Amino acid sequence: MSSTTHDDHAHNDHTHDAHGDHGHAKPGFVRRWLMSTNHKDIGTLYITSAVIAGCVGGILSMLMRAQLMYPHNHIISSGTEWNAIITAHGLIMIFWMVMPALIGGFGNWFVPMMIGAPDMAFPRLNNMSFWFLVMGFIFVMLGLLIGDGTGAGWTIYPPLDNARYSPGIATDFSLFSLHLAGISSLLGAINFIATILNMRAPGMTMHKMPLFVWAILVTAFLLLLAIPVLAGAVTMLIMDRNFGTSFFEPAGGGDPVLFQHLFWFFGHPEVYIMILPAFGVISHVVSTFSKKPIFGYLGMAYAMVIIGFVGFVVWAHHMFVSAISTDSRVYFEVATLVIAVPTGIKIFSWIATMWGGSIEFKTPMLWAIGFIFLFVIGGATGVVLANAGLDQELHNDYFLIAHFHYVLSLGAVFAIFAGFYYWIGKMSGHPYPEFWGKVHFWTTFIGVNLTFFPQHFLGLAGMPRRYPDYPDAFAGWNFVSSVGAMISGASTAVFFYILYRIFTSKEKLADNYWGEGATTLEWAVPSPAPHHTFEDVPVIQ
Amino acid sequence: MKRVFGWALGIILLVGLGGHAAFAQTADPTAAADAYVNAPRNWQMWLPVPGSPMEARIDWLMKYVLWIMTAIVVFVGGLMAFVLFRFNAGKNKTPAHFTHNTLVEVVWIVIPTLLLAVIIVPSISLIYYEADDANPYMTITATGHQWYWEYKYDSVPGLDYTSYMVPDDKLQPGDIRRLSVDHPIVVPVGKKIKFEITSSDVLHGFYLPSLGVQRYAVPGTMLTSWTTIPKIGTYYGECNQICGVNHDAMPIEIKAVSMEDYQAWIKVAQANYVMNSYTPHPLSSPLPVNEFAGLAVTK
Repeated sequence: MSSTTHDDHAHNDHTHDAHGDHGHAKPGFVRRWLMSTNHKDIGTLYITSAVIAGCVGGILSMLMRAQLMYPHNHIISSGTEWNAIITAHGLIMIFWMVMPALIGGFGNWFVPMMIGAPDMAFPRLNNMSFWFLVMGFIFVMLGLLIGDGTGAGWTIYPPLDNARYSPGIATDFSLFSLHLAGISSLLGAINFIATILNMRAPGMTMHKMPLFVWAILVTAFLLLLAIPVLAGAVTMLIMDRNFGTSFFEPAGGGDPVLFQHLFWFFGHPEVYIMILPAFGVISHVVSTFSKKPIFGYLGMAYAMVIIGFVGFVVWAHHMFVSAISTDSRVYFEVATLVIAVPTGIKIFSWIATMWGGSIEFKTPMLWAIGFIFLFVIGGATGVVLANAGLDQELHNDYFLIAHFHYVLSLGAVFAIFAGFYYWIGKMSGHPYPEFWGKVHFWTTFIGVNLTFFPQHFLGLAGMPRRYPDYPDAFAGWNFVSSVGAMISGASTAVFFYILYRIFTSKEKLADNYWGEGATTLEWAVPSPAPHHTFEDVPVIQ
Repeated sequence: MKRVFGWALGIILLVGLGGHAAFAQTADPTAAADAYVNAPRNWQMWLPVPGSPMEARIDWLMKYVLWIMTAIVVFVGGLMAFVLFRFNAGKNKTPAHFTHNTLVEVVWIVIPTLLLAVIIVPSISLIYYEADDANPYMTITATGHQWYWEYKYDSVPGLDYTSYMVPDDKLQPGDIRRLSVDHPIVVPVGKKIKFEITSSDVLHGFYLPSLGVQRYAVPGTMLTSWTTIPKIGTYYGECNQICGVNHDAMPIEIKAVSMEDYQAWIKVAQANYVMNSYTPHPLSSPLPVNEFAGLAVTK
């Protein structure tokens, strides 16, 4: 992954013939990759780290599915080890895979390009936010590997992770890793907001911004408002663990339920933080391969704004069976269901964008179509779970696991791959092998559906989450699910083969290798995009 | 290359299925039990058979909502299939360039909103039904511990006992691995039972899928739920909130018995059970002697 963008720009006769590189010498490896202030290089670093973290999180999920393949299995030796694995899988996939790929990776690469800005507003801050993320990743790995590991689940509910029930230092590492990832996201969010509000090229009004930029802008505001709440909650946990406070200790007058409120006040916007950039990517891919402008642009942009806003007032639907009052259940159910309407606007607008188009089934489009359909399924089960009365039956069981993997593992991840195949030529200058891209799509599509669809049945039958062993009656569908996971795991090998093919390719790509459907500014610059994107300020009509 | 890949997948599936078939012969130990047992079944695809009126209402609303959602998924999927078929590059060489249509944009806001209203009305009524724990016949306090449950019968002086999962090496014929316990909850059939749920240490989850009951067990807080079991038999549940290394080893077992058997059981239990025992027992605590001998429900 790390060989993107460099070298070629010196020979590129599109932009560099007269000016050279503005007198910047080509930076050496250390200067370029460790001290980078270039939004594309930092984007590449983010994507590379997301691939690495995705592999770690993926290996953990393979271990989990191997353990669950049969009841009474002993692949994972103890409940302690199991709990450490499920905790690390959740944290890594959310904070070090999905978010860095979509926001840090594609966001850094394409937001400045799409709005005609030379770089991010604060390039050094940008570098700092990446390295905070790396430090956070080291910490979360220490939280997995030291001693007993962190075993409270990614939701880190006290009292299980307080000093009494999780005495090891591993839990402190995991909590600090959230601080580091949080600071990273917060700095990134500030940077994106400053960039998008201040550095748009002349003529690029808010209502002309590409939808991916809108998505990142809304996401950045969600981060800005949600992360400090998580930081507060995590700080209180660390204080409870180490300095004798009792924010969440009933014996000292505290309340574990307070933590649940704080966590989900962050945690629910967090799910939109993961999915809104995915919406942005899908809009571009659908429009490009339908060769049609996006349908209902303003509706699409403001649907994201509404989703972001309402996303902040629905958090307690994660607490329907915890300590909230009956009337609160009613409110949080209704507020949650409201989100289905703007989400529906997006789904239907994508279909309307395809309607009347001239659709080409290139690999990015396959992932986008897969995203839309599977996201609809995940959204449908989300509506089911939003019913507080039904959540009393389904809360924390495998129906929920199936639901959120449909919107994340089959939603956000499909969008990441859609974006990857869509933009990899722009990032690397080389095409991906179309045939293998399709093999990757179909193996993943079959694998993840086989993994997660049967989990709906397990949940309906009453199988709780976070169980390393289960009653024998759940054996059948667990087995099918594990076979699906193996197929998904195998599809990752195809992905690495594709990476190998891309970075050993000698083929060069044109500026706009997708043709008439690709209309945003990144397609006006060479492939790979030069180290400094715009020599002259682009003007948008 | 493609062929190698196909073979590899085939082998994985075959090996896996073979292994699974070998296992399947020992599955479903509930089949032999003579009394009514409401436990999960292998390859089950839907909710448990309702063991309580509450679960019956959940089952009804689940079908109602899921039919609406299935219709939406089929509609959207069908629409996508049509669009992809009708407007693919081979069939439609020149793309259109429209970007607005006020009518459909209003329609796809109004219709989903109406569908939500259709869901919300029965859904809210279920929330209030589930919350209505007034006027119970009796109240049982269920306290979660790492890693067992403690049940205290508020109306029976001194009846306060612990309930451990039967470990795999102590299973008796008719026991269900990972669901059977040494001392189940015993309740009279057809009476409204209120549960007061709390915890002595970390969070636990008091989850009875076939009765539609679920609440967190939160230290320092008492949450309530209730059930009525119209049919004599055995029902199961599990801890459903991660609580440490043996989170999967603290199931819940409820026996609904006739009023006479319930009264008889109280006397046996009062005589035999360890009272107010807060000290963790080893998981292999001895099973009680013949506590169900002569009762309508046998293990």
